[in-house]
Amino acid sequence: MQAINRKLLRDLWHVKGQAIAISLVIAVGVVMLIMYSSAFDSLHRSQTSYYERQRFADVFVTLKRAPLRLRDRIANIDGVAQVETRVVVDVTLDVEGLSEPATGRLISIPARRRAMLNDVVIRRGRYIDGTRPDEVIVNEAFALAHDLTPGDTVTAVINGRRRDLEVVGFGLSPEYIYTIRPGELIPDDTRFGVFWMERRALASAFNMEGGFNDVTLSLMPGAREEEVIQHLDTLIESYGGFGAIPRSLQLSHWSLSQELNGLQGVGQVVPLIFLSIAAFLLNVVLTRMVSVQREQIAALKALGYANAAIGWHYTKWALAIALTGAVIGTAGGAAMGNAMMTIYNDFFEFPALTYRLLPSVVVSGVVISLLAGVIGAATAVRRAVRLPPAEAMRPQPPARYRVSLVERLGIQGLLSQPARIVLRNIQRQPVRSLASVTGIAFSVAMLIAGTFSLDAMDEMMDVQFSVAQHQDVTVTFVEAASAAARHELQRLPGVLTVEPTRSIPARLRFGSRSRQLAISGLPEVPRLSRVLEVTDLSPVTLPPDGLVVSRKLAEILAIDRGDVVRVEILLGARPVREVVVADVVKEYMGLSAYMEINSLRRLLRESETLSGGFITVDPSRLDALYRVLKATPVVAGVTLKGAALESFEETFAENINVMIFFNVLFAGIIACGVVYNAARMSLSERSRELASLRVIGFTRAEISSILLGELAVLTCVAIPVGLLVGYGLAALVVTLFDTELYSFPLAVAPRTYALSTLAVLTATVLSGLLVRRKLDSLGLVEVLKTRE
Amino acid sequence: MTATDSSVATRPASPNTSGPRRETVFEAKDITKVYHMGEVDVHALRGVELTLLESEFLVLLGPSGSGKSTLLNILGGLDVPTAGHVMYRGRDLTTAEERELTDYRRRHVGFVFQFYNLIPSLTARENVALVTDIAEHPLEAAEALAMVDLADRLDHFPAQLSGGEQQRVAIARAIAKRPDVLLCDEPTGALDISTGIVVLEAIERINSELGTATAVITHNAAVSGMADLVITLSDGHIGSVRTNDQKVSARELEW
Ligand SMILES: Nc1ncnc2c1ncn2[C@@H]1O[C@H](COP(=O)(O)OP(=O)(O)O)[C@@H](O)[C@H]1O
Ligand SMILES: [Mg+2]
Repeated sequence: MQAINRKLLRDLWHVKGQAIAISLVIAVGVVMLIMYSSAFDSLHRSQTSYYERQRFADVFVTLKRAPLRLRDRIANIDGVAQVETRVVVDVTLDVEGLSEPATGRLISIPARRRAMLNDVVIRRGRYIDGTRPDEVIVNEAFALAHDLTPGDTVTAVINGRRRDLEVVGFGLSPEYIYTIRPGELIPDDTRFGVFWMERRALASAFNMEGGFNDVTLSLMPGAREEEVIQHLDTLIESYGGFGAIPRSLQLSHWSLSQELNGLQGVGQVVPLIFLSIAAFLLNVVLTRMVSVQREQIAALKALGYANAAIGWHYTKWALAIALTGAVIGTAGGAAMGNAMMTIYNDFFEFPALTYRLLPSVVVSGVVISLLAGVIGAATAVRRAVRLPPAEAMRPQPPARYRVSLVERLGIQGLLSQPARIVLRNIQRQPVRSLASVTGIAFSVAMLIAGTFSLDAMDEMMDVQFSVAQHQDVTVTFVEAASAAARHELQRLPGVLTVEPTRSIPARLRFGSRSRQLAISGLPEVPRLSRVLEVTDLSPVTLPPDGLVVSRKLAEILAIDRGDVVRVEILLGARPVREVVVADVVKEYMGLSAYMEINSLRRLLRESETLSGGFITVDPSRLDALYRVLKATPVVAGVTLKGAALESFEETFAENINVMIFFNVLFAGIIACGVVYNAARMSLSERSRELASLRVIGFTRAEISSILLGELAVLTCVAIPVGLLVGYGLAALVVTLFDTELYSFPLAVAPRTYALSTLAVLTATVLSGLLVRRKLDSLGLVEVLKTRE
Repeated sequence: MTATDSSVATRPASPNTSGPRRETVFEAKDITKVYHMGEVDVHALRGVELTLLESEFLVLLGPSGSGKSTLLNILGGLDVPTAGHVMYRGRDLTTAEERELTDYRRRHVGFVFQFYNLIPSLTARENVALVTDIAEHPLEAAEALAMVDLADRLDHFPAQLSGGEQQRVAIARAIAKRPDVLLCDEPTGALDISTGIVVLEAIERINSELGTATAVITHNAAVSGMADLVITLSDGHIGSVRTNDQKVSARELEW
């Protein structure tokens, strides 16, 4: 090995504590990068291959009823590759062990298995026997949630009659990777199940013989999606089509895409933050190194080492640290990416969600960390390269000190000698002090940004379930009903209050943008299902005319208050109306559009109709209510607030805790990295001075107080800054995670500020103690003998 | 011993002119060096002329701040003069680029500094290896260390060596490349007398055995006894130039 490389290794070993600290910070950045990129890649790849294997459709539409012969006309649309017509119906389920009603979606499948679109993967059991009309395949998550085994039965309420469906297999479909009931925000495997059933059996139960009410189709390569959708819509309009949607808006696919986008966004931003901090630490340490080694550099140049060789020598120093970080980070990132797949397995239903770490991801992780190393090393390397050797041989002039600002305020009498030294030191190195403050502040900020999601989630839940929703149960009818239905609801057992709602499927169009969703008609000031402006939690009054839309929807359609949108109502004669946007409100979840219920009815030219109701119930009569609801044919779905809350917490809480653990770990690494480095730097720069002070009679405690006092001052300055920056970072996180599904509130609880401060203080004290141990073993004679 | 006083350097007749004609190693013509220190200009060298021949031993004397180090650094290609020219075997160092200067130092120059400037993280042998790694026909590191009587200290770190030993390592490092010139800036400045003599003996041996042109800066006028040529600098000028007819060996120096 070349002697100069030996020097490199020994220098590295000499500052191993700092080198490891920096490597770890880099490792954290790489962990994030690898974790998010590989999770993205694995999820994306699983999605793509799943879609391909099971022939996930490109266009989806539901309609009221069309005769089977329409199928050929659909197939003849230019660009259509394969068409699947189905019968799809939602029914109420009575599941053993579940007092409340659940919802089942029955989907028709052919009696004999063939290659169809959205094909079902059989996970357990078998495909249905076409001759036995009661056999069903159930989606795996529902089966697992209810501990079903093939051979068990589930009771469905079909047209008012209870019918036992025999589960013969568990299945998965690319249509239901994210299994969520339309109109709901949170998946609930216990209360929503998908059942695949023989076509004729299903059709005859719902008067669909010779017809269908659902079309999915795949496109030929190069086909124009929009044109096909337009053709399809025209073709099925008279059959009550609800407006076709492209795959990108299919609920399961769309939810998965939102997650993928989030992964990509976070994976691109967060690692950069960590790597910037690492670059900064490298800069500080290496700059110090170059200044300590001034004369060594001069000697190397005198011996004939070229500037480039010297520059490369110090660059390698940074690269070695970066590479170590990259290796640790890659291993950690792969482990965490793998763990993330396990979490995703809870969220998403894939036949095989396997983790894959692409070589290109590893390479990009390594390259980016090396880049951070080079950037961090740049100024120090430039300094080493530019160092004029002749001048470097000359002893450095003593550092220039000034009376510190604080002392000039006229309070020097109050300051002890060590306190003065501390202040002068800080002031003498304003850039370094500032950098340390920045670093410490950043770790406080990281902690806040990494843990506030708990607060945000709390806030979201609180707003959603305590402030906004006051109903206990939401009932949805199969068909819109007349005013009498309201009284029927009121007469159900245990019902205290009823708030009617009229919800209609519609397509909102503004300019070239459009979106399909349900418009909810609610009372002027809803008391149960409230509309809230979440910025100040004020209840929104629905105006007598016009739409109130959520901010997300407004963004998607690029509309604002006062704009007039086209509302294509996907019901009956499909009236098209122009409606003014009366208000835009900020909400945390989902996309929504509201109208005052009577103004919506006017839009439909209807009187007193309702499509469901929000009700409050006497808790002691809940079971009685459930029993009735389970047997009521006009009820298509029942949503329970308590259940929604529960399933939300089940889904998120556990994962959030894991996430927070790692965020705290990572922020702790940064805090220790920054503080420990700052302390070691001061020690390295001041060891002579401190040793001299010891010689003239200062005690160990006193010189410790000089060094640690400096850290303490810097930390105290840094913490308030960190709290502010943390709020800013939290805002960044909120923006990054802002999807069409959720927008997280920027809510940081005082507890989070306090804990972050405490964690950084702990890291500071620990680093201080580590350095103090070094200080106590400071060999006076050796220090004074060595020439600086 | 003859002595001439001249602020412009005219080289007195060399004692060696009678011998075989020797090549000129250095020829410095009217070199000045000005450092700009904010408002004030520091004139470190004010028109210095000098000629150094092959295998000649030059001693530079002069009070602190008189420009000795500046001159030596310029000869060694570590620094460039503000005006004037330095020729090394006919090559103009003052117009050379950084890359050429590095190459010049690497091939031809051996430096020894007052504070040794060893790499503290490398052993004696490794410090010498720094040079043998990049030189063209170097000595073995062990061989170079043997020449300065350090054969038994090969694997010691600088911190484990005395000042004199460290300086001898520095000399071994300087000579390991078989340099054409050996430039020593106060090599004994940090050493006591007897250690200083050991170091000077080493330098003397290199000069006589390898025929390396040697320039040594010293505060100690007694050292000038070893020299062929003694130049005294004062305030950036050449104060005096004299040649020695009768060289004294390091061991016989009287301090
Ligand atoms: N890099 C420099 N910057 C400013 N002044 C310098 C520099 N190097 C040398 N000098 C000044 O030039 C003069 C000569 O210095 P130097 O050659 O080191 O003297 P000597 O080696 O004879 O003691 C001194 O006044 C010194 O202060
Ligand atoms: Mg000098």
